[in-house]
Amino acid sequence: MSTVTSPDLLTSHRGWWHRTREGLFRGAVTGSVVLGLAVLVALIAQSLVKGWPRLGLDLLTHFPSSFPDRAGVQSAIFGTLWLVVIVFVTAIPIGIGAAIYLEEYADTSTWYNRLIDVVIQNLAAVPSIVYGILGLAFLSRGFLHLGPVVLTGGLTLSFLVLPVVIIASREAIRAVPSSILDGALALGATQWQAVSRQVLPAAIPGIATGAILAVSRAIGEAAPLLLLGALQFVTFNPTGLDSSFTALPIQIFNWISRPQEGFHIAAAAAIIVLLGITLLMNGVAIWLRKHFQQQW
Amino acid sequence: MVVTTGIVVALLVPSLEFFRAVSPVEFLTGTVWSPLFKNAHFGVLPLLSGTLVVTLIAAVVCLPLGLCAAINLSEYATQRTRDVIKPILEVLAGIPTVVYGFFALTFVTPLLQRNWPFDTPPQVFNALSAGLVMGFMILPTVASISEDAMYAVPQSLRAGAAALGATKYEISTRVVVPAALSGIIAAFVLGISRAIGETMIVLIAAGGTPNLTLNPAESMQTMTAFIGAAGLGDQPTGSIGYKTIFAVGLTLFAITLIMNIISIRLVRRYREVYD
Repeated sequence: MSTVTSPDLLTSHRGWWHRTREGLFRGAVTGSVVLGLAVLVALIAQSLVKGWPRLGLDLLTHFPSSFPDRAGVQSAIFGTLWLVVIVFVTAIPIGIGAAIYLEEYADTSTWYNRLIDVVIQNLAAVPSIVYGILGLAFLSRGFLHLGPVVLTGGLTLSFLVLPVVIIASREAIRAVPSSILDGALALGATQWQAVSRQVLPAAIPGIATGAILAVSRAIGEAAPLLLLGALQFVTFNPTGLDSSFTALPIQIFNWISRPQEGFHIAAAAAIIVLLGITLLMNGVAIWLRKHFQQQW
Repeated sequence: MVVTTGIVVALLVPSLEFFRAVSPVEFLTGTVWSPLFKNAHFGVLPLLSGTLVVTLIAAVVCLPLGLCAAINLSEYATQRTRDVIKPILEVLAGIPTVVYGFFALTFVTPLLQRNWPFDTPPQVFNALSAGLVMGFMILPTVASISEDAMYAVPQSLRAGAAALGATKYEISTRVVVPAALSGIIAAFVLGISRAIGETMIVLIAAGGTPNLTLNPAESMQTMTAFIGAAGLGDQPTGSIGYKTIFAVGLTLFAITLIMNIISIRLVRRYREVYD
């Protein structure tokens, strides 16, 4: 007797239509994965082919220029670095702190904690450009009136990735079995000792994955910065939090929207740099999760 | 919490000022959008139709492909293939959207123009290429989340169906997909909501002319593209052009919020609990 998990054998007892249908369906499901991957590979390949001749040390060391073959991304790379540092020191600690509070301290039966839960889930799905409007209204103009500077851009991106960091950290903390917390408490640890010395270390791979994915998203995000007014001709590296700046995706957008082919080639080369950074970070994040996450 | 309140206040206050100058009726039913011209019109319908067309195209690409890809990974692929493809999908989900915009403008649009079967080829900026590329942008997310839902369907359900003589196609479409429906719907609504809120692809590839049409070969402006373009133009604070950003932003925020709430409701209603 064959096993029940061999449906191909079962098919052979039925009519030709059933067999054809099985074949067609198998073809469709395989084809869709192949097509999806093919398009994404084409996307990367196109930038590689187009931008490869321009990819070199002068692309990285030159500043933006009105001559396409002399234009470079140095100020954009430094701008992006500043943004990353700001996101890292604001969104990551606040996000992890909020996650610890919500998972280990908050009483989930109260209405306000449930409200916070729903609100954070919704915030994660708010379009990025809406965060740009928030930054425009409160940071760039409006109350704080900081102007389109590095600090404004960094904080806007922090708002954007904060819900992502909170959700990822909460999932990582929740995945640590409660027996570990209970065990520590039973041995006389305070709640904070149990959380900080037992639960958090066990949750670190998951939290790190979430944090890296969040920072990588901040690096690739252009729309909110555009709205703040970051699309400027900046030929210097940021000198402080109140300095004007440009960032890698903004610089790419600027070059794409110019008609000259030379700028499109420069954009493709800058895209290789941007893709290299973000895909590497995502790769590391997913590898971290796969190799360090413990199964309980 | 502060951030949400901030968003709501940031959107509401200037929007209210906007609606004091422009009647909400004109905003919601007007068919001409030219807020920055001297003879200003404030009908949001052309922006809504632009968003609708682009999102529909993205959905047409993404829904069948995403569903089939998820079925493949969950039901057909070997564990080995799955272990390779899943991480690749997750890495690809992190490609910055400005890259997709570049791809749409410099690869997909010329491709469409060369192989167009009808009379008038697509314009340099068109909704079709933006929508197609957007469909592929949300594909990894949709496929990955729906696959999680399908993979979580207990093995005993599949074994039971197979014991009753069901074929792999029948198991996939009549057992696994219905059982995982809540997760699949949630994945799709999330994907669509991302498509509605996506800015860079449409800003780069779909053009900047508000256009009340359903012809995807034409250039059209979406709500997000308008906000982005208006931000580029550096509107003086307090001007009517500045306030339109907030009014359109509020409309966008309301639409995505409603979709998220629908998604959460649907998930709750169809959630099946297995031991």
